[in-house]
This record gives sequence, structure tokens and C-alpha cells, in this order.
Amino acid sequence: MADSAVPSGHAPAILSARGICIAFGPRTVLDDVSLDVAEGEIVALLGPSGSGKSTLLRIITGLLRADRGTVELDGRSIDDLPTHRRNIGLVFQDEQLFPHRTVAQNIEFGLRMQRRPRTDRTRRVAELLAVVGLPGFEDRRVTDLSGGEAKRIALARTLAPAPRIVLLDEPLTGLDRELHDQLTVELARLLRETHTTAVLVTHDRDEAAAIADRVVRMEGR
Amino acid sequence: MSARDRNGLSRWTIAALAAPAIAFIGLFYAWPVVALVHRAVTAEAFRTVVHDVSLRRILWFTAWQAAISTAATVVVGLVPAWLLARYEFVGRRFLTALITVPFVLPTVVVGAAFLALLPQSLDQSVVAILVAHVFFNVAVVVRGVGGLWSLLPPDLVGAARTLGASPWRAMREVTLPLLAPAIEASASVVFLFSFTSFGVVRILGGPSHPTLEVEIWERATRLGDVGVAAIVSIIQLVVLGLAVLWFARIQSRHRAAIGLRPLANRRRARGWAERGTVAALSIAVVVAVGTPLAALFERSVRTNAGHSLVAWRAVFGRRQLATGRPTAVSSLDPLGSLFTSLRFALIATVLSVIIGGCASLAIVAMSRTGGRSRLGRALDTGIMLPLGTSAVTIGFGVLVGFSVAPLDWRAAPLLIPLGHALVATPFVVRVLLPTLRSIDPHLRDAASALGASPLRAWREVDMRVMVAPLLTGAGFAAAISLGEFGATTFLTRQGRATLPIAIEQLLARPGAVLHAEGYVLATVLALLTFLVIGAFEGVRSLGDRSG
Repeated sequence: MADSAVPSGHAPAILSARGICIAFGPRTVLDDVSLDVAEGEIVALLGPSGSGKSTLLRIITGLLRADRGTVELDGRSIDDLPTHRRNIGLVFQDEQLFPHRTVAQNIEFGLRMQRRPRTDRTRRVAELLAVVGLPGFEDRRVTDLSGGEAKRIALARTLAPAPRIVLLDEPLTGLDRELHDQLTVELARLLRETHTTAVLVTHDRDEAAAIADRVVRMEGR
Repeated sequence: MSARDRNGLSRWTIAALAAPAIAFIGLFYAWPVVALVHRAVTAEAFRTVVHDVSLRRILWFTAWQAAISTAATVVVGLVPAWLLARYEFVGRRFLTALITVPFVLPTVVVGAAFLALLPQSLDQSVVAILVAHVFFNVAVVVRGVGGLWSLLPPDLVGAARTLGASPWRAMREVTLPLLAPAIEASASVVFLFSFTSFGVVRILGGPSHPTLEVEIWERATRLGDVGVAAIVSIIQLVVLGLAVLWFARIQSRHRAAIGLRPLANRRRARGWAERGTVAALSIAVVVAVGTPLAALFERSVRTNAGHSLVAWRAVFGRRQLATGRPTAVSSLDPLGSLFTSLRFALIATVLSVIIGGCASLAIVAMSRTGGRSRLGRALDTGIMLPLGTSAVTIGFGVLVGFSVAPLDWRAAPLLIPLGHALVATPFVVRVLLPTLRSIDPHLRDAASALGASPLRAWREVDMRVMVAPLLTGAGFAAAISLGEFGATTFLTRQGRATLPIAIEQLLARPGAVLHAEGYVLATVLALLTFLVIGAFEGVRSLGDRSG
């Protein structure tokens, strides 16, 4: 269950999840959870594993349907909108890069779905590779990337189509300490520089504090 | 040069193990092929083939019906493959087994089932052939593609969806490209089966839709046009050889594909829409597999006046009724064909288990001793050759190869189970090899260190683990022999018909009573096949619960 979670400032919420409930068989994972995120705000959902943080992200993206509750984006309910029309980005914990495509093809995937012209896409891919610090990686195979590189490419792929809000599911888990700390700083800078509204799921208190404007605690059930 | 490799089998033991397979393949595969070529290379026959327009038409028909059968099988197969790979539900394992059922059924039974099911207007039509091919082969796609599908993380599609891809677009852009190696591999297997389809086409196609296989049989046995038939067989042998090579290449590419982790990727359906889809598809699979088989049984008990067991009684009480039979079928003894089939299946199973078992041991032993690994691969390939050859070509080759002195064995009843064993042995070897290869040689070393002689060590270690796959292989061999039609059709003699031969003959003759008896035999053959595979699998699973 989340704390009563409203934005710290007075900016209106662009994302608003209300009274979300979901159960898998006999196991209730989310029970009346609500979350508001304001424009440009970076919120961290902090909680132990099994507290339903990732499940909440999946419900917001529409990959999973809640048993009860509603999700609003810019004041309109998106409950009946399929995932691909929601314009909500998700960075998966294990990246989920398309293994049969190059780095550039991964990043431009969302742009192709938006039918952006090729020159436009090429420019945007180069721009994002520069943002995540991997310029010139266009033609690499994603299966050859290191752990840290794959995380950056996954972030670039999610940012490329400029979604209304970016959800990050434990994006820095599974890295060694040094790389983790380095990427934490980078991610915080990067999200701010790109004025991204984001929800970050993590079980690491320091990570949450370093990246987020506001930390919301979720308790395991 | 040492006569004995470290704790392995001696060179002479390996040679002795390989000998039966080499002799068998040499005599019953290589010699018939040589005999075919010898018979075929006459300018006269060659001219006939080149100028024969009907042959070109038949080749064209064979190719396009195989192509359409393959495409349809892949499309139809992807749906249950997705269902079984993505969802966990009550009865999933049963459904997986059920989908495999048509594939283990003899082709003649599949043909008979669709003859029973389809309305008369579709008899002898291309549609009937295509539908039967899809039914028969769909398991290849479900197994092949579903296996890979269950390893793909579902979140890959999730990633595509959050990036703006519709479900259909995500399927096209992500899932299908990643499944491509498995789709290509199963498609080439299905194409191979459909291209060389014989039993199904003989029963459903009628004379108006011959494939190359049927044409070879027709020319060789009916028209006495052995030269042309031989050339067509050889052309087909070459085409199939190329197809098999291509298939082998795809398989090796498949192995080099992206690293996949086995994950628990199946989940329960959520919400009424998903649950409804899963339930509806499951029911559709049960209906699709069950209906033709139910129709087969229904036709065996159908008479002009309702339903009765007349045909069943006629088949099983035949000995008493024999005097009252019409002369047209006096040569055909339905119950006798059952016993003939059982006898042949026993011989073929014993033969292929012995030959295949020994050959597998030899192949593994050779591959473990660096210098001879190439020999091992050659032996492996040699044993596989009959798999890449159509059954009709094998039967025809054996017939040609053993019809002239000094090898005039045409009349020898043993020729039929020998042909069956030729087709079954590759399966025994394929089932055995992975197990034998997985044996850690150190186990044998340990046994040796404890004082076991090499033979004793081998018996204690290798023999033990061989039992389970040998039983599986024996089940396959028996089922293959029981259902074998293509090769048998060349070697069968009056009064020695096997079940598939008797079924085809009964269904080809006019008369509702004879047809009903054909359906009785087809039902019996279907049950027998399940029984054989089930029995061997049952015995096997008693000792090994891993599968």
C-alpha cells in the first residue's frame, strides 16, 4: 500500500492512479493504491520486493489490467486505451532490447511506430546516443553490449519517442557497485536535463533519494 | 597407435558394433539406390521423362500442394503454439499431447479419417488433401515453434507495445522475426512430408490428383514403366537430399541464435476476455483433433439402417464367414492383416533396436576417440539417409534391387519388415544419441578405478541409462512399422497384406460394407498405434520421471 501520494508542489498531476486493486489468484498485490505525478516531477516508488511496485507500473502502461481503480493521464481516463496508444514509456528491469535488431534499430523503434521520416529518426538516434554517452554505437549488436551499455540503450529507446511520462522499473538493479553509483548520478542528471516526468521503482533508499524529487513508500503485503 | 583408447571400447568392439548397421544400410539402402540408377540410365526412359508433359504437370501439382499445405500448417500451427507457450491452464499438458496425436497416426489412418469426415463432394479433391496434410503436420509447427516461443520473454512484446506498436505490429516486428528460425525449420519438415505424401494422397486424391510419389508407384506397379519410375525416383531423391541439407543448415543457424534463458514465461489468463480466448482455443483444438477420429469410428459402425457392429463382427469373426465373401476380396483377410502387421512390427522393432542401438554406441565411441570422430559422423549420416528418402523410393528401390538373381528375394516375406526397420532405425538412433552423448566418461573411469573391466564398466554405466531411450525408440519403431504404407505397397504380396495395405484396398473398392470394414481396420490401427507408443512410454516413464 502506498502512502497517500500527492505531488509536493501545487502543479496539477499529469498522471493520476486512483484506488488501484489487483490480486493474482488468492494473493492481493495492490489494495487501493493511489499515486499522483506532476509535470516534470521525478517520483521514486520505494519498497521491498513483492510490494507490487512493478505491478503498479504495468497497470499504468496497460500491460496489465487492474481489478479495480482508474488511471488518468492529463485528466482523462486511459483505462480503455490499449498500451500502444497511451504514450507512456517503460524501461524494463532487464532492458528487453530487441535481440534481432541493432542499437540504432532498437532506439528508432518507437519513432517508426510514429511514422517519423528516416532522416528525422537518424538524427534523433544520434542525439539520444549522445545524451546517454554512447555516441557512434548505432550499428552495434545489442547482444554484444555490456550490462551498463544495455541499460543506457534501453533508456535511450524509451526516451526516443518522447513519451508523456517515463516509468523505470528497477533500472539500475544488477550492476556492480561502482557502475551503479555512476549511473545513478547520470540518470538523475539525464532525466532533469531532458525535463522528463518519471516514476522510478527501486528498493534502494539511496538511489531513490539521489534521483527523485519525492519518494513514495510502498509496503510489502 | 593404441588398440584401446583410455577406458573406451576396443577398436574391434567398435567395429563389431558398427558392422550390422553398415551391412544393413549397404544392402538395403545403398544397393537398391545403385540398382535404381542402373535400371534408370537408359536413353529411352530419359527421353520419355523429358518429353512427358503429364510428368511436368504432376511435379508442378506436387510442389504447389506441398507449398500450400506448408503455409497453411504454419498459419494454423502458430495459434496453438502461442496458446501453449504463453498460458498456463488446466489441461495444458493434455492439450500438448493431443496435438501430437495426428502426427503419430499412420498416414493411411489420417486419410481414412478425412475420407470419413468430409462430405462426398470433397472426396478426391485438393481441399481434402490439404486439410489432411495440415491435420497431420500441425504438431511439427506447434512443437518446433512453441518450444522457442516459450523461451521468448513476453516483455519483449511489452516493450514494443509501450513504444507504440499495436499487438499485430508487435507480432510482426518482434515475435515473428525472433521465431523465424523455428518457423523455417518446421516449415521445411512439413514441406518434406507434404511433398512426399503418399498414403494420404492415395486415399483422398483418387486418380485425378497424383503426386510424384503416387506417379512413381503407378508407373512402376501398374503400368510396368520401371525405367521412367526409376528416373522420377532419382530426381526426387536429389531434390529431397538438397532439402535435407538446407534443413540441416537452418538447424545449425538455429543453435547459433540469440542466447535464450528458460524462464517461467507462462501465466494464467486474466479477465474474462483472455480466459474466454484460452478456453475457446482449447476447445477448438480438441474438436479439430477429435472430429476426424470420431468420424472414423462412426463410419465403422454406420450401416444403411442406422448404427451397428456388423462390420466389426465381420472383421473379427471373419474366419467363420469367409465362405460367404464376394470373390473380389477373397484375397483379402482383414483379421489376417492385423496379425501380419503385428508380426512384421515385432521383427522390424527388434531389428531396428539392435541395429540402431549398436550403431549409436559405435558412433559415440568413435566420437570420443579424436581420430575416428569423422567415421562416427559418416555412420550417423548413413543411418539417417533413409529418413531423407521417401518411403516409396525405398520400397521401389528394394523391389528393383532384389528382383534379379543373385538377389531375387522378391518373394521373401522378410523384405517388408526389413524395409520398415530401414525407416525406423534412424528414429532409434536419434532418440539414443543425446542420452549416450550426455554420459560423463568419468563415470566409466570411476567404475574402472573400482576394478571393473572396460566391458563391465560399460555395462554398468552406459547400459543402465540406455534402457529408457531404447524403450522410446522401440515404441517409435513399432508404431512406424505398423503404419508404414509407402514402402510396403511395393513389397506386399497377396495374402500378406499389412493393416495399412488392407485399409487402402478396402476403401478403394466399391461397397458400403467393405468401406465399413476399412474404417474398422483404420480404427484398430489408430488404437494399436496409441497403445504401442503409450505402452513403451509408460514403461519408460516408470523409470524416468524427468520428462
